[in-house]
Amino acid sequence: MATSDSHERRRMALYGWMLLAPALIMLTTFAFLPTVSALWRSFFSRETSRNPSEFIGLENYEYLFQDPVFWQVATNNLIYAGVTIPVSIVIALGMALWANSKMQGRTFLRIAYFTPTMLPMIAAANLWLFFYTPDIGLIDSITALFGAEPVNWLGQPETALWAVIVVTIWKEAGFYMIFYLAALQTIPPDLREAAIIEGASRWTYLRRILLPLLMPTTLFVMINAMINSVKLIDHLFILTKGGPNNASKLLLYWIWETAFSYFDRPMAAALTVLVLAVLGLVAILQFRGLEGRIHYR
Amino acid sequence: MSVGTASATQNALRRSLSGFFEEDGGLETIAAWLLAIVWISPLVFAAWASFHTASDALSFDLTAPLTLVNYIEAWFDAPWLRYFFNTMALVTLILLGQFFFCTLAGYAFARFEFRGREVLFILVLMQLFILPEVLIVENYVIVSNLGLFDSILGIGVPYMASAFGIFLLRQAFKQVPKELEEAARIEGCGWMGILWRVYMPVAKPTYLAYAMVSIATHWNNFLWPLVVTNSSDTRPLTVGLSLFAAPESGVSIVVISAATLMSIAPLLIAFLLFQRQFMQAFLRAGIR
Repeated sequence: MATSDSHERRRMALYGWMLLAPALIMLTTFAFLPTVSALWRSFFSRETSRNPSEFIGLENYEYLFQDPVFWQVATNNLIYAGVTIPVSIVIALGMALWANSKMQGRTFLRIAYFTPTMLPMIAAANLWLFFYTPDIGLIDSITALFGAEPVNWLGQPETALWAVIVVTIWKEAGFYMIFYLAALQTIPPDLREAAIIEGASRWTYLRRILLPLLMPTTLFVMINAMINSVKLIDHLFILTKGGPNNASKLLLYWIWETAFSYFDRPMAAALTVLVLAVLGLVAILQFRGLEGRIHYR
Repeated sequence: MSVGTASATQNALRRSLSGFFEEDGGLETIAAWLLAIVWISPLVFAAWASFHTASDALSFDLTAPLTLVNYIEAWFDAPWLRYFFNTMALVTLILLGQFFFCTLAGYAFARFEFRGREVLFILVLMQLFILPEVLIVENYVIVSNLGLFDSILGIGVPYMASAFGIFLLRQAFKQVPKELEEAARIEGCGWMGILWRVYMPVAKPTYLAYAMVSIATHWNNFLWPLVVTNSSDTRPLTVGLSLFAAPESGVSIVVISAATLMSIAPLLIAFLLFQRQFMQAFLRAGIR
């Protein structure tokens, strides 16, 4: 009896491994192996026609940390994250509160808010060209009515990154809205009634009751937004190409440029490792969040 | 008397409730609508401009006659039909691959007990943070070494064993009551028969939601396809559109608008027809 039991268990284990094998092979080939090989490659020098690639330890990282462009791109990406994350979360929350209310035409509101989510970043960038084109673009045409000078939004270092940030917020807020919408629908209406009886103002209700209840959603959306602040760079290809003078360059775009325009793969690998390290930190944050750090209060 | 008071209180409560909802109601409705109009205006404006000549569009002449010249010019300037076909082939291939790999792995995690399962599951979850986008440099080398550079399979293959899909299907399979499985076993089903007859049908809504998210994601994906393609025989729409609209191509902005509208039309129309389902799908596939 005992032998047939352990026999059965062994069969189950074997079956389980067989079912997992295809996915594990794929994940290893296209996620784990490239992670390790990026780390390995980052310890080598760039191969040129004269010099073969050789082991140089941490020199690529040293070079990066001394490169002012690295610090500029890292700062850009921090600003990009630091602005897009909170702003799109606040807008998403507002959208959700409105789309969840008894307002006239809320189906239309919902569709209007969500539509940018369905567009490719490249298409979004094309649409926004109409707004940003100097002189003839929509923004300049409107400001010209008030006598303002035309501005080269994408072509000057002071505004290029902000123009890129606006497109990202526009693209993402509607996506985050749906998570807040779903969360709002689970909040019992009694709470609202109780708040009214207690004489709480609408603002107090939002701040003291809704926001704490929405905390898990906010955490979830924040993790997503953090990942997106690394991932969403496609519009740079159309709008600024990281320019002018690196003013709007973001890390992932720079990785692409380093590898496929400058053909410096070891340096691109070092950058990849740094970005993966940042994503690892986000992952830790996520798992700690899942452990229940965010409580209903 | 007391009944009257109670209903009066209730009425007052109801009135103040609706007052609560509509406090600043008018102003807020206007704000909400304004935001909605701002939010769709880039799309609406580009759509309007794509039917006008460049000079009419940029002088915002609302009475200018409609024209199809931009669409005609855009259509003949690039192999759009080919790009459409490539994108369709790509999203189909990825979806089929994801269903295959994620179903088997999700089934293993949900239903089989073996040593190392928890560790493996955490390993799989780690992939959620190792974004394929970040690994473009190494995956370019790997895909090239496999002889898949500049092929549809080469674009799709890194996405097929999706940690996310594995996770979703594992959750869906875990909901299946054991009794269903026992019943199928009594009728003579083996493990694969049980997966096919019991687990997969129960998880149908999850498959549907996952399919919608996967199609929308890969219809719109850009960076990796850009890296791994080199000819119009394999390029998906996004890459084709980016080449067409690149600043150095010198194409007029109204023609770019026409091309943009053409390439987003299929997905956008699908979304407008099934907007509720799409949002539900993103929600279901997003909340974990």
